[in-house]
Order: sequence, then C-alpha cells, then structure tokens
Amino acid sequence: MNILVCIKRVPDIAGAVTLDDAGTGIDESGLGHTMSSHEECAVELAIQTAAATGGTVTVLTVGPAEAVEQLRAAVAVGANDGILIEAADPSVFGPEDIAQVIGDVVRDRAEAGQSFDLVLLGNDAADTGDFQVGIRLAYDLEYPVLTNIQMLTPAEDGSGPGAGANSTAGGSGSVEARGIGPAGTEIFALDLPAVVAVQEGGVDPRYPSITGRMKAKKAAIVEYDAPEPGTGNPRIRLELPEVKASAVTILGEGPDAAPALVDVLEEIGVIRP
Amino acid sequence: MTYVFVETDTSGDVTLTSAEAITFARTNTHLLPDGAAATSRRVAGDPSGSTEGVVVGELTDDAVAQLGRLGVSVIHHLEHPDLEDYSAAAWAQAIVDIAPESGTLLASGTPRGMELMAHVAVRTGQAMAANIVACDDDGLLRQVFGGTAFERLRLDGDLHVLTIAGHACNPEETTPVTPEVYDYDLTIAEADLATRVQRTEAEVADDASGLTSARAVVGAGRGVGSENGFGEVLELVDHLGGALGVSRVVTGLGWRPHSEQVGQTGSRISPDVYIACGISGAIQHMAGIEGAKTLVAINTDAEATMVQRADYAIIGDLHEVVAAVNEEIVRRKQ
Ligand SMILES: Cc1cc2nc3c(=O)[nH]c(=O)nc-3n(C[C@H](O)[C@H](O)[C@H](O)COP(=O)(O)OP(=O)(O)OC[C@H]3O[C@@H](n4cnc5c(N)ncnc54)[C@H](O)[C@@H]3O)c2cc1C
Repeated sequence: MNILVCIKRVPDIAGAVTLDDAGTGIDESGLGHTMSSHEECAVELAIQTAAATGGTVTVLTVGPAEAVEQLRAAVAVGANDGILIEAADPSVFGPEDIAQVIGDVVRDRAEAGQSFDLVLLGNDAADTGDFQVGIRLAYDLEYPVLTNIQMLTPAEDGSGPGAGANSTAGGSGSVEARGIGPAGTEIFALDLPAVVAVQEGGVDPRYPSITGRMKAKKAAIVEYDAPEPGTGNPRIRLELPEVKASAVTILGEGPDAAPALVDVLEEIGVIRP
Repeated sequence: MTYVFVETDTSGDVTLTSAEAITFARTNTHLLPDGAAATSRRVAGDPSGSTEGVVVGELTDDAVAQLGRLGVSVIHHLEHPDLEDYSAAAWAQAIVDIAPESGTLLASGTPRGMELMAHVAVRTGQAMAANIVACDDDGLLRQVFGGTAFERLRLDGDLHVLTIAGHACNPEETTPVTPEVYDYDLTIAEADLATRVQRTEAEVADDASGLTSARAVVGAGRGVGSENGFGEVLELVDHLGGALGVSRVVTGLGWRPHSEQVGQTGSRISPDVYIACGISGAIQHMAGIEGAKTLVAINTDAEATMVQRADYAIIGDLHEVVAAVNEEIVRRKQ
C-alpha cells in the first residue's frame, strides 16, 4: 500500500509565547520546530501499514524551505521520500487552501505514476487546531474520510503489496480502522483510496536510528512552488491571555506539609468518607 | 437563530460539553452573522434569537427536560435506521438538510463535534472556525497554539459553522421552557454510509477511567520516575474516589495508556481539585486543566510553572509527600 502522510512544521512551545511585531503571528525566533504530535503518530501508522503490505511512505508538507527538516525527520524514522510545497508564510492559507493544494499535488503525482492508496494527516495541527484539512481534502479527492483514528490494519482481501499501483485513481482493497468514539473504540471498514485523520494515542512514534539519519540526508524531496493565496485566512490578529500573577500558597516542604494539604482536601470536600 | 448539535451519553442524557455549548449559544448575543439576526429572531427579548438543539438518534424524555432547563426552545430530532450506527457523512448531511440558511450552527469541540461541523462546513460551502471561546463586537475569538494564544477572526457568509472550546463557559440552567420537538422524514444517501461504524468495543472506552467527570484528579508526570512509580499516586486516587491523569511524557514512555493523558492532545478536565505530582506545567498540559477549580502542585522544583500557577503547593519529593498525605488521610478516618 502506498501511503502519503501530510505533516506540518509547527513551533515547539513549552512555556509562554510572545507575538511578532504585526501581532498576527507568534515570535518564532527563539523557538525550535517540530511536526504536530498527531502527525508523528500518523507517520508511525503509515510506516507500520506500509511495512505490513510491502508499500511505501511519502511525506508531504506545505511550508517554508526549512520545513524540509520535518520531512527529513520523517524519512529518518522510515518514510521513503518527501514532497515540499514551498510557501514562505503558510499562515496566509486557510484550511480550504491547504486541502486544495494537497489535492492538486495528489492528482499531479498520480499522473506522474505515483498514486497513493491512503492519505494520512493528523486530526488537527498543534498551532491552528482547525480540524478540517483532512475532511476538506477527502471531499476534494472524492475519497471517503475518517477522523480520530488510532490504529490501521490492512484487510486480508488482496489490498496487499502495491495494490492499485498502476491505477491513477489510487488503490483498491480496504483497511480496518479503529478510533475513539464517545462510547468506546469504534471500528470501521474503509475502502481505499481514502483519507484518514489520525489522533495521537494508538501507536508510539519511533526514534530515528543512525542509518535512518544517514538515509534522511540523501532522501529525494520533490519540490512544488508556492500556491496562489486562495480564500485566505480570516485572522485579524492574535491576542495573548492575561498573565496571572502567581498566587500560590506554599503549604510547606516535604512530608511534613501533608496535614496542611489534607486540610485543603477536606475543605474542598473530596476525601471519600 | 442558533442551532446547537447536542451530544447525548449512553444513558441518553445531554453531555456536559453540549450543555456548555448550549449555554454559550444562549448567552452570546453577538453570535449571529451580520444581517442574520434581524430576520431570524424568533424569541422576543432574546437578542441572539432562539437557541435550538439538534439531536441525532434516540431522544429521551430526560434529555428533552434537560434541554428545556438549558433554554432550548426547539429540538430538531433526527432519527432514521441508517443513522443508528455513526457515519459522519450521513449525520452531517442530515444536519445540513434541516439547518437554517442563515444564523449559526455550532457544536462542542469534542472529536464528534469537530468532525461533524467540518463535514457540515464543506457541504454548505462555508468556512468553519474551531475552538471558539468568546464572541463580541470585534468578532470571534478562538484558541490557537493549544490555548497559548487567541486568534481574533471574522467569518464571511450567512451561516457560521463553529465549535466551542471545552470549558469556554460553565453550563447554566435558565427559566425552563418546554421545547417543541420537530421530527423529520429523512432520506439518507447510500454513499454517505460508506464510513459507517461497523462495531463499538465499549470496554476500552477512551474515558473508561471517568477522567473527565471526576471531582478529584491526581496528575502524575515524569517526576514519578518509572512505570512502577505510581503506587502512592494511585492510592491517593483511591482515597479521593477520583481519577488518575498523566502528562504526555508518561504516555509517550508507555508508562500509562493515552486514555489517561490530560492536555491539548488528551482530555480536558474540570475537576474540583487537580493535584499535579511531578508535572512541570508545559503549556500543552495546562491547556487540559484550565477548568480545574483548585490546583495543587507537588514538585521538587519551586520554580516549576505548575507551582507558580497553582493555588497550593508542596515542595518536595512526590513519593514521600504523597505517601504522607495517604497516611494522614487514613489516620483521620480512624
Ligand atoms: C503538539 C504537542 C502536544 C502536546 N500535548 C500534550 C498533552 O496533551 N499533555 C501533556 O501533558 N503534554 C503534552 N505535550 C508535551 C508537553 O510539552 C511536555 O513535554 C509534557 O507535558 C511534560 O511532561 P512532564 O511535566 O511530566 O515532564 P517534565 O516537563 O519533564 O517535568 C517533570 C517535573 O517533575 C518534577 N520532578 C522530578 N522528580 C520529581 C520528584 N521525585 N518529586 C516531585 N517532582 C519531581 C520536575 O521538577 C519537573 O517539574 C505536548 C507537546 C506538543 C509539542
């Protein structure tokens, strides 16, 4: 099964952030970058699924030239190659634009003989949290779509190695997908080609090996030019939450402080009688 | 008017997050797109127009009464054999079929709510804004960067499709009304059933631990030290009749399952008390505990963000401190 995973370069934030001069973005100068966490799991799921079916994993990002780092990080853990759609400032694109751009590239790759049976993305990106790109992409490609998925198992019905490799419309066959629902784990049978948005939690992303890192340096990255800004992003500005002054009451140090905490818990009324 | 997609739990009751979304819709006078308000106001004296609920599947008498207490004047009830097993496309199309052409359509920002609103947005040709926390003269305000920052935005179009961030407001009852219930003859397209749920395994429910409903949550982070380091913490959970919540480092290391993770990519909780043991307070973790009424930190580092943000803190080794807390609780019970 040939799988495309769409990932996004996002700032790696641990503490408070500051805004840029325009007030429409955060100041990224002192921050490292990473891929969104749901997407780390999407990459892992893709690698496992491709390995089980003798397929390939291609990673794609719409981002600045530096986003090649995230593509290479995915290759270092097992992806085969990458696609960079270079956009100096991807924040000017809304979810509709991104879905359209990815859809165009999927069609373009199919024409060039590289069709994908499955397109994976994260449910939502760590920065914008839009939760729409996967669903909008699926409508654009006219594929079925699932979200909140944590596990994929290829069906044993011939959807194995290279299924659909010769078809520009993508693959055939199906996968079993498991995701979280309000009443428990939901199980779906998904016909391919399809789009799946992944939720963190089903698999643990692996760490790159030395050979993986070596391979990543040499991996083929296909580049596409920046898309035309489309419907745009309706952002007016960013605002930061008020920084609350610390109002902590230190109950004490070490085990001696335990009775003071039990007093607090009794006052709140949460100790089971 | 404002339509709210209402989620119900396995016993048919309105979920807490849906009650929050309804309250948000009812109390936000700025929620309607420009121009939509004037034509769609149906309830005199209510500047936001009426708040109407959309329920897919079984509608219990209790849910109708609950919705009435939350101020929902009309319930659009979508029931059809083909909607019994969840299929996002089919549910979304059913909602689109009965949705107003102008006004606001919103859901709580749960996985279901997010998924359905995204499908609805595509099918109605609208933009969608996720994780809204407020709405005023300046437009909509939504959480971005996992709650580190807010984005101000305006949506075009006559129908606004939104999701409301968890705990953006407290659920509030109002003067009870008796909702009118509208039933519909629905036609479900076969194509929209392609991604229907085949089966559900209830025993591994994501919230089997009761994390999101517990009054007391004990949080455990990397500070517990190892997979075997949860003994004292679990005993405290037991004394409080609460739930265990963990940081992403803990799930990432495989010490505990992801269903126990609290934060941006885990559960968002609003207990009466959250006791964070050995958790530094990274922004993505804090995003999950904003709703906690009282925050207690137990940490060796007095400078940790969690300690600075807490209402109460004890500086020290969590194993020693939590063991002493457990002993003290047992002693007082005797
Ligand atoms: C996109 C994204 C999404 C994320 N989503 C989440 C999420 O949903 N939830 C989440 O939690 N994180 C999330 N994270 C990760 C987050 O950034 C932090 O890495 C994580 O929360 C840190 O976990 P921690 O506090 O347990 O570990 P650390 O940051 O390592 O902190 C450990 C703390 O334990 C204290 N300590 C050590 N030993 C002891 C002891 N014996 N007794 C008492 N205290 C001790 C230390 O002083 C320190 O404060 C996300 C990150 C990204 C990039």
